[in-house]
Amino acid sequence: MADLRSNFVGIKSPNPFWLASAPPTDKEYNVVRAFKAGWGGVVWKTLGEDGPPIVNVNGPRYGAIHGADRRLLGLNNIELITDRPLNINLQEIKKVKREWPDRAMVVSLMVPCEEMPWKNILARVEETEADGVELNFGCPHGMSERGMGAAVGQVPEYIEMVARWCKQYTRMPVIVKLTPNITDIRMPARAALKGGADAVSLINTISSIISVDLDNMAPMPTIDGKGSHGGYCGPAVKPIALNMVAEIARDRETHGLPISAIGGITTWRDAAEFISMSAGTVQVCTAAMTYGFKIVEEMISGLERWMDQKGYAILEDFRGRAVPNVTDWQYLNLNYIAKAKIDQDACIKCGRCYAACEDTSHQAIMKEKDGKRHFEVMDDECVACNLCVEVCPVENCITMERQTTGTDARTGRKISDDYANWTQHPNNPMSVKAAE
Amino acid sequence: MAPAKTPDISSKRLSKTDYAANFSELHPPLSPHEALVESDRCYFCYDAPCMNACPTSIDIPLFIREIQAGHPKSAAKTIFNQNILGGMCARVCPTENLCEEACVREKAEGKPVKIGMLQRFATDQAMEEKHPYTRAKSTGKKVAIVGAGPAGLACAHRLAMHGHEVTIFEARKKSGGLNEYGIATYKAVDDFAQKEVDFILSIGGIAIKHNMMLGKKLKLKDVQRDHDAVFLGVGLAGVNALGAKDEDADGIEDAVNYISELRQAKDVAKLAVGRNVLVIGGGMTAIDVAIQSKLLGAENVTILYRRGAPHMKASTYEQDLAQTKGVKIMHWVAPKKVLVKGGKAVGLKCEYTALKGKTLESTGETFELAADMIFKAIGQTYMDVLGGTLALDQGRIKVDAEKRTSAEGIWAGGDCVAGGKDLTVASVDDGRRAAESINQFLKS
Repeated sequence: MADLRSNFVGIKSPNPFWLASAPPTDKEYNVVRAFKAGWGGVVWKTLGEDGPPIVNVNGPRYGAIHGADRRLLGLNNIELITDRPLNINLQEIKKVKREWPDRAMVVSLMVPCEEMPWKNILARVEETEADGVELNFGCPHGMSERGMGAAVGQVPEYIEMVARWCKQYTRMPVIVKLTPNITDIRMPARAALKGGADAVSLINTISSIISVDLDNMAPMPTIDGKGSHGGYCGPAVKPIALNMVAEIARDRETHGLPISAIGGITTWRDAAEFISMSAGTVQVCTAAMTYGFKIVEEMISGLERWMDQKGYAILEDFRGRAVPNVTDWQYLNLNYIAKAKIDQDACIKCGRCYAACEDTSHQAIMKEKDGKRHFEVMDDECVACNLCVEVCPVENCITMERQTTGTDARTGRKISDDYANWTQHPNNPMSVKAAE
Repeated sequence: MAPAKTPDISSKRLSKTDYAANFSELHPPLSPHEALVESDRCYFCYDAPCMNACPTSIDIPLFIREIQAGHPKSAAKTIFNQNILGGMCARVCPTENLCEEACVREKAEGKPVKIGMLQRFATDQAMEEKHPYTRAKSTGKKVAIVGAGPAGLACAHRLAMHGHEVTIFEARKKSGGLNEYGIATYKAVDDFAQKEVDFILSIGGIAIKHNMMLGKKLKLKDVQRDHDAVFLGVGLAGVNALGAKDEDADGIEDAVNYISELRQAKDVAKLAVGRNVLVIGGGMTAIDVAIQSKLLGAENVTILYRRGAPHMKASTYEQDLAQTKGVKIMHWVAPKKVLVKGGKAVGLKCEYTALKGKTLESTGETFELAADMIFKAIGQTYMDVLGGTLALDQGRIKVDAEKRTSAEGIWAGGDCVAGGKDLTVASVDDGRRAAESINQFLKS
C-alpha cells in the first residue's frame, strides 16, 4: 500500500490532505471532528490582532453556482477572519495540537502591515506549539479594505517585507498564502521567496460577484438590499489554481519553492494533479463545506489505490512529475496530428458533437449516413480541436486518435515524426532559421 | 368454511376508501424540485430524436430547457405552439413508445428523461393562467367543425387564432371526445378533460353546439351551406363484432361503452362489474377496461389476445401495468363461442392460435373459461353516415397530407381518417395541420 505521509517544510502529517484556513477550521470542535475523520492537518482559521473581535455580517455570507442537479460548482463568501477572541483560539490550538500530535497544525495569521503586530502575534502562536504559520495575504474582501489580506498580497514588496519579519521573529516554518487577484502569480511568489518564506500556498479566493438578485437588483449574497464582492472558490476555480501552481513550479526563480496547493480540490484525482504539479500538500475547503469531513476517506483511499496502480510508493515518487511537461504554446509540436473518433457502439446519437462542431467549429462531423441518424468525424475537416470530446455526454465515446503514418486528410501533408514548433515555423517572422 | 364465491355481476364490491385509492391519479405530478432534477437530465440533443418521435413535433429540448431555466410557462407555450392539448397528451400519450423511447438516455442508460411528466408540469402551471394566445383580427370567415374531440378542438383553436369564426357540432352532451369518454379514469382525474376544453375555448371565437349528431340532426349539406369550410373529426362510432356465436347475450359489453359509463359515473361504486371478467382484444382499450374492472373489484380479469405480446397494440409499459394490477394476459387465444345459460353469458369457449408462416391459424385445441362479464375491445370502425360523399380508404375517410378530403372545402382528421395512429396526439396533429390548410384556403 502506498505511503501517503507528508513532510512539508518540516511539518509532518499522515497524509497530504489539509483543511484550508476557513470556517471548517475556526474552532476546536470542528478541527477535532476533522482529525477524527482522518484529515492530515489543518490551517487554523486566520487569527487577527488581539483586541475587540472581528465582526461579521448577520445576513448571508455565501453564494453559489450550481451545475446539474444543484451540484455546487463554485462558492463565494464574504466572511472575514475569525471572529472569536485571540486567546480562546490560541488555547484551543494548543490543546488540539497536544491531543493530535501527529497531525499538522498550521496557524493562519493576518495583522496590520507593521512589524510589531507581526512580532507580537508570532510569539503567542509559538507558545501553542503549532507546526507553522501561514500568512494570509490573500483574502480579497473586507480585510483588504483595511490594508490587510489581498491588499498586501497584491504588492510584492510588502510580501517580501512581512515574510522577512516573520522569519526573523519565529523559528516556525512560514508559508505565504498568495492571492490570485493579480496579473502574474510569479511576482508575489518570488517576493515571498526573497523574504525568506519557507513555502507558498495558493490560491486564495478570487474576487467575485456570484450572481445578481434580479428582483432586488443587488449582488448576491444580499444584505439589506446591497451586496459586495466576495471570494470565489470551489471546483470551478481549480483550473486557475492549477495554472498558478504550475507557473510557480516552472519559474526559473521559484522552481523548487515548496507549494501547498489550494483551489477546488474535491477528489483524490484533483489532489494527485496538484501534487504532480509539485504541491507538497493540498488544502481543501469547499468540498468539505459541501459534503462534510467524510470526503477525506475517498481522497485517501483513492490516492492510495492510484499510487499502487502506478507503482508510486511515496508522494515524492510522482510529486512534480508533470512540471517538465508544462511548456509555452510556441514549443508545442505542430507536427502532431490527431483526429477525433466516435465510437459508434458507445454513441447514443444525441448529436451534441454535431451541433458544437457545425455551429461553432469546423463542420467536421456528419449527422447522417445512408439516410440514418449517424455521427461520424470527417478527417478531411477535423482539426482535432477536442470540442466534440468535451461536449459528448458519454465518457470515452469520442477520443482523439494520433495519426502517425500517411497524410493528414485535411491538409494533404505527409505526417512527420519530426518535432517542429512555432519558433521554427516558416510563417513565424521571428523563426529561427538554420544556419546556411 | 368461507362462503362460496358465486359468480355474479355486482356494484359496491369495495370500500369507499378502496374506490378512492383505485381511481386516484396513476402518476401524481412532479413537484417543482422533481421537475428541476429531471429537466437537468436533458442533453438538449441536436435535431432531437424525441421531437421527431412526437406526432405533434413539440420542441421537447427547448421546453425542458425552459423549465430548467426557471420558466415553466414559457415551456408550456412551446408545447402549446405545436399541441394545444399538450396537457392531456402529457397524461395519456404512450410516451414509452414515442418521445421517451427515442430519448438518447433510454439508449445510454435505460432511463429516458421523463418527458411526459415534464410536459405535464409545464402545462399544468400555464393552464391556471390567462390564455396564452390572442386571436388575429377577425376574418369574417366561418368554419364548421364536426366533433369536439382532440382533432376538432385542436383545429378549432388554431382557426380561432387565425381570426376565423368557428362552430363545433358535437354529437354528445359534453365536449372532449375520447378525452372525456374514452380515457381511463386514473389517467385524467379532477375533470381534466373539461378543464382543458375550457382552456382551449378561452381564446374566444369558438362556439360549441352539443347533441348534434352528423347524419341525424346535423346534415352535411346544411353545414356546408352555412360555412366557408368544414372539418370532420367525428371519430369512430362503430364497434367491431366478435364473430363468435351468441354475442348478444347479457353480460357481453362493448369496452368503449363501459369505459364511457365509468368516466361519466358520479360514483364509481355504483358501477356493476363481474366477479370473473374476460376481455377480448390487445389494444389500449382492452388494457384500460381490464385494469378498471380490476380496480372496481373484479376478482379475476383475463385479457385474451389472439397473437403474442409483441403484437399487442398496447405498449409493453401498459401490458406491464395491467399485470401489476393483477390482470392476467393470455396470448395466442381466440374466442370461439360465448357460453350462455338462461340468456346470460357464463363463459367463453376459446381456441389456441398459432402462426403458420405469416398467417394466423387456429390449432383446433379448445378450452373454456368461466365469466360473468365479457368485454369486447377488438377495435372500432368508422361509420359512414355521409352516404359515400367522401372517398374512403381502408374503411376510413381518405385525406391528403393537408388533411383535405376528396370533397372541396371539407377537411377531416383524427381517428376517422385513414392511416391514423389512433392516438390523441396524432389527432391533435391532424387538427392543427387541417387548420393551417383551411387558413390558407380561406385566405386565397
